[in-house]
Amino acid sequence: MTCGACCTKIVKLGAIIGGREVLRDVDLHLHCGELAAVVGPNGAGKTTLLRAILGEVPHSGHVHFLDSGNQRRDRPAVGYVPQKLEFDHTAPLSVLDLFAGALSRWPAWLGHRPGLVGQAERSLEAVEAGHLIRRRVGQLSGGELQRVLLALAITPVPDLLLLDEPVSGIDAAGIESFHQMVSDLRNRYHLSVVLVTHDLAQAARRADSIVFLNRTVIVQGPAAEVLADPRVRQAFGIGPELAAEASGQPRRSGRCVDCKLEGVA
Amino acid sequence: MTGWESWVASGPLEWLQFGFMRNALAAVLMLGVLYGMLGSIVVSAQMSFFSDAIGHAALTGIAIGILLGLGNPVWAMAAFAVLLALAIIRVQRMAAASADTIIGLFMAFAVALGVVLLSRGGGFARYTRFLIGDILGITRPDLWWLAALTMVAIAFLAFSYNRIVLAGFNRPLARSRGVREELWQGAFAALVAAAVTISIQWVGLLVINSLLILPAAAARNLAKDSRQYLWLAVGISLASGVAGLAASYYWGTASGATIVIIAMGFFLVTLAFRRK
Repeated sequence: MTCGACCTKIVKLGAIIGGREVLRDVDLHLHCGELAAVVGPNGAGKTTLLRAILGEVPHSGHVHFLDSGNQRRDRPAVGYVPQKLEFDHTAPLSVLDLFAGALSRWPAWLGHRPGLVGQAERSLEAVEAGHLIRRRVGQLSGGELQRVLLALAITPVPDLLLLDEPVSGIDAAGIESFHQMVSDLRNRYHLSVVLVTHDLAQAARRADSIVFLNRTVIVQGPAAEVLADPRVRQAFGIGPELAAEASGQPRRSGRCVDCKLEGVA
Repeated sequence: MTGWESWVASGPLEWLQFGFMRNALAAVLMLGVLYGMLGSIVVSAQMSFFSDAIGHAALTGIAIGILLGLGNPVWAMAAFAVLLALAIIRVQRMAAASADTIIGLFMAFAVALGVVLLSRGGGFARYTRFLIGDILGITRPDLWWLAALTMVAIAFLAFSYNRIVLAGFNRPLARSRGVREELWQGAFAALVAAAVTISIQWVGLLVINSLLILPAAAARNLAKDSRQYLWLAVGISLASGVAGLAASYYWGTASGATIVIIAMGFFLVTLAFRRK
């Protein structure tokens, strides 16, 4: 199986926002098909890291995207599900209008093109949200909205999917099904997924690798190793059972054997 | 008198027997489309206060136009309004203060500057026509300008509507989808500035912003998606324009203000039938 951006390499990334150093010397390698969970305390710079990858915040250092031929790519397709979508809940905007805004130039006030409707339907059905297509966005529940945004983020299929605490404000069953969907999508499309989360239990169960971030990368590596690390256990007050759970899960890291990350500095 | 003219003169369309009323009707129809379309985005993107500030900036534009010795101040108005619009957006993005504070202070400054310049020598009364507006004074060349601007607005919204709507919904999301929202917001703001300044002499500074906002606000009460929203806004804008113009003829009132009162009626009625 091939994938678009074989890996994402972040080198010495730093960001200063409003005179405050939010990130310093962040080095990260993300392989394709890998689900990396980014964990850390509040204010650790997790969201800033995602926004830096998106190119939204000014930063020092580099973000490189390499394709399977080890060639640099300037602008890979990045899907993004923001942490908390602030919008006007009274807006007269349907789910389909959102897809049109992201994917189509044909003005929504002249109606939607059949091609766009089909594309939106397929993506929504992939996250079991096909029935929401004509609904007004402001009417959706928190879980429905996250599924719609996930569907939007995977249309077209991105090289890299960034999820910023996508389950805040959703009930336990919703969280479980959301993570299941992300895992399925990752397997189906061979996506690289970066998941910012507070939920270590989900990270232990789903993530291939875990990045413990606090202004800079404190620990990164396979999920079981990171969860067994004393710094992580102390920071989150967790016992050995999460690391045990993580080591019991099948992992799929290290697939990108062709990536010569050393070639890029 | 031809048969058609005598029919008009005797019926409920009696007010259309005058050339200036027919010109005014043509203007109201175009303004209806223009303001309905632009207003739908102004309201969605929460730019109501912004467009209000642009309307007030016209006063300064008039003053600058007169200082420069221009016969028709509309170009100076448009130029100043566009500049002010872009300045507001620029300062807002620097996040020096909250968005409404920035608009408020720019608006107060523009109005103060306009009043200072126009009141030199006690001559402010000459310019009150810009406060009330006079749609009956619209000329044929004016109508062509208005038609051109309406076409530009339609073309602009055919080209960029989806992206502007997405940016109005959520900026970071729009940016992550490759929408250059700063560019589109600037272009749209310039278009609103041009539309407001060109029509201020006909509609009046005091009420022009309501003309932009009320039809869209009424449409929002009913619309479920962006297509319904835009067409309802245009429809309500056209209906209040035509009804308001006719009413102003019979009541002998200022047309702009009368149109706004009818549009407010639409808003209240749609509020009662608000979608769940």
